[in-house]
Amino acid sequence: MSAIRYAMVVDTRRCVGCNACVLACKSENDVPEGYCRDWIVEEVRGSFPNLTAEIRSERCNHCSNAPCVTNCPTGASHIADGGIVLVNDEKCTGCKACMAACPYDARYVHPEGYVDKCTFCIHRVKDGKDPACVSICPTSTLHFGDLNDSQSDVSQLLQSRKSKVKGPETGCDPNLFFLT
Amino acid sequence: MKRREFLQVAGGTAAGGALFSGLTTNWWGIDADPIPDPKTDGKIVPSFCELCFWKCGINAHVKDGKVTKIVGSPDHPLSRGKLCPRGTGGMGLLYDPDRLKKPLMRKEVDGKQSFQEVSWDEALGFIAKKMKKVAKEHGPESLALFSHGFGGSWFKSVIKAYGSPNIGAPSWAQCKGPRDVGFDLTVGSYLGSPEPIDMPNARCITLIGSHLGENMHNTQVQDFAEAVGRGADIIVVDPRYSVAAGKAKHWLPIKPGTDTALLLAWMHVLIKEGLFDRDYITKYAIGLDKLTKYLADKTPEWAFTKTGLEPELIRASARTMAAARPASIIHPGRHATWYGNDADRMRAVAMLNALLGSWGRRGGYYLKSKMPLAKYKLHEKVGRKPNRPVADRAKGAVYPFGGVNLAHGFRDASFPGYAEYDIKAWIVYGTNLMQCLPDRKKTEEAVQHLDLMVAIDVLPAEITGWADVILPECTYLERHDDLWAAAYSEPFVAMRQPVVKPMYDSKPGWWIAKELAKRLDLGGLFPWTNPEEYLRERASASGLSFDELKAKGVIRGKGDPGTIEDGIELSFGTPSGKIELYSQQMEEAGLDPIPVYRAVPEPPPGSFRLLFGRSPVHTFGRTTNNRMLGEIKAENEVWVNARVAKELGLQHGSRVMVENQDGKKAGPIKVKVTQRIRHDCVYMIHGFGHDNKKLRFAYGKGASDSDLVSKVAIDPAVGSTGMNVNFVTLEEVMS
Repeated sequence: MSAIRYAMVVDTRRCVGCNACVLACKSENDVPEGYCRDWIVEEVRGSFPNLTAEIRSERCNHCSNAPCVTNCPTGASHIADGGIVLVNDEKCTGCKACMAACPYDARYVHPEGYVDKCTFCIHRVKDGKDPACVSICPTSTLHFGDLNDSQSDVSQLLQSRKSKVKGPETGCDPNLFFLT
Repeated sequence: MKRREFLQVAGGTAAGGALFSGLTTNWWGIDADPIPDPKTDGKIVPSFCELCFWKCGINAHVKDGKVTKIVGSPDHPLSRGKLCPRGTGGMGLLYDPDRLKKPLMRKEVDGKQSFQEVSWDEALGFIAKKMKKVAKEHGPESLALFSHGFGGSWFKSVIKAYGSPNIGAPSWAQCKGPRDVGFDLTVGSYLGSPEPIDMPNARCITLIGSHLGENMHNTQVQDFAEAVGRGADIIVVDPRYSVAAGKAKHWLPIKPGTDTALLLAWMHVLIKEGLFDRDYITKYAIGLDKLTKYLADKTPEWAFTKTGLEPELIRASARTMAAARPASIIHPGRHATWYGNDADRMRAVAMLNALLGSWGRRGGYYLKSKMPLAKYKLHEKVGRKPNRPVADRAKGAVYPFGGVNLAHGFRDASFPGYAEYDIKAWIVYGTNLMQCLPDRKKTEEAVQHLDLMVAIDVLPAEITGWADVILPECTYLERHDDLWAAAYSEPFVAMRQPVVKPMYDSKPGWWIAKELAKRLDLGGLFPWTNPEEYLRERASASGLSFDELKAKGVIRGKGDPGTIEDGIELSFGTPSGKIELYSQQMEEAGLDPIPVYRAVPEPPPGSFRLLFGRSPVHTFGRTTNNRMLGEIKAENEVWVNARVAKELGLQHGSRVMVENQDGKKAGPIKVKVTQRIRHDCVYMIHGFGHDNKKLRFAYGKGASDSDLVSKVAIDPAVGSTGMNVNFVTLEEVMS
């Protein structure tokens, strides 16, 4: 385990599902038309008038036990410093083994032939900035930081609030948490 | 960029390899994995947004002459470094391939009309000649300017100097007019925009007529989320389970059209149970005795018979809002033109706030501050003053309150003999009247009576197809506009400046207005060659540094104290100088001194009330052609209650035509079968269903609610057009 474990915490109570995160990601990362690296899920349960709703901004879970990495035959999918799951597009042959292995449907084939997905905006993070989605978010729903630092925003939130991950049964050990 | 061949990879960059752990080593390569960097950072140009009318500060990144991304300005009080999806997708407007590119003039060849590309000189020369003719034959007052958007200021100056008082926008009589009148009658103040509500400090926020979160006014949504995050109680009154309702302690799925009954019952509970702020009311209000007497029988049980809301839910929600007072806000909403009794409903909202003691209180409504901005003197010295009053209503019609011009009234005044004098020419700046005025057919007919119709816009729209001349303005990212001094808790002056050069043969509004003024012999209005001269002069006359504005896009001031808690003494701009729970003004105008609940007509069996609202990624029909935003939401759906859909045999995704009581049709549109709406209404997001083929992306996607709003209910106090009075049926389209 590296000294830093990056994680994102999504406060579903604050999120209004506006999609600013999606659009900011698309322009920051020059994601081609028709594709996205993050997206909004609105889940409404119950029947009129007894309803509950949850809105989530979702993306790659940057799993600590990432099946996309173990299933990648070329080593393109890898875990980089900080525990961030990345794809080296020059090693990627676009075979889609990672896409089949990912329980979160977080990857897509870029028109240039390689598999692409959320990078936690590592190019910004290395300069001390937040990922683009976190930075733009009008509702301050998104938080990013180091889980191995007990004083970080994300650690504090996970200590003080109820949270969940998607698909805990997968055993992937995701690093994308949802405050409920 | 083409992907490199596999074999060439190993010889590629090895730099940065030391950063990575052993995990990146793999069976074939000695090469390290690079840090992916899309390199979208560019030179930052600060400005302010125009994707909606909130006008947040933006930082645009420019690289190799292209705008790569737009983010919120950290220096601007309305964005605080954050931005909504529309502003983030501003490049979708700038690079919209359907933009108006050249001036176009309607020409007739062999009896067939078409738009021909012309030079700016020909277009402006034609307009000026026609405007002079109109002024000579009918008086300059017979020209109306419809203007929505900040860039309209240049044209307002020209039209004022030309001699017409007839300047208006649908943002009043089709939107927030009755709201501002309702508050003005009660607390003596218009709310304006941004609304002066201290949501970050509120402990309870009640939304009645606001779907904040879907309505994506950046700062307000930031504040709302902050309140939710802090655990403030949220109460939502909406026939639809809105996004905000999903965060509410109490959701009141009210029967549409009965809001005033609920507001009266809430006030009844606050007074009956002694939960209101008695000290505040005693000190600042008049009319409590009369109100108390009037409300005696407006019980939750009475309201139940109107609203369909359980009496205990009405009581519980009243107690929740009272427990938080005075940090308890009944949100004023924005689009308030619903049933033609809207000023009364909004008075009830203002009065309920008063009973909670929230006006002028921390966590309630605050008093705004504004930085002084020197006027540009020439604008008042050049030209001619109008000789006749505004022609925005039928002869003899009196709407006693408001005093803001009625946009639909200018349209109606274009029918000969309707108003005190006829409107003979329109200049339409940045507003698609076919979608934002009710009764589209009437708007189309009105155009036939005009001697001149000019549209100034960035994109084609339904309205531009009716113009004699279309002038292509460049987008907000390609132009200067005037300085903006906003009234807000933290006042500021902001400046719009070009991020990139105008594309095609489009021109900035200031240039178009200046060139037109010159041809109207009003050139004295713009005695400068470059807008920076003007902006610099105006800034320095206001004691502001132009260079700072240019560097940051905004200069912030210090807000004055705005609440009792900050130490101010409240005063009210009403005739009594107090909060008026009983309005002498209304009584003298022959209207209700205390808001009265009156039943509105209900949909006949088999029909549904048509309601409409907004998507967070769109601003009416202005953004529906934006391909970036269209990736998120390309078309609207009609929301239908799941049980009703079953009865009608409609499936999720079925395509239907929607038809109203007057036989007007819209669609086809997909059905959204949902538990999130009542059985007696259907809901659509406004701004879709464009039928101008020049909007190649938006054309034919979804349906336009405006096409179904052929009926209105006029508010007697304001003259505004209540539009939630149309009833529709759905018929499945078999493909």
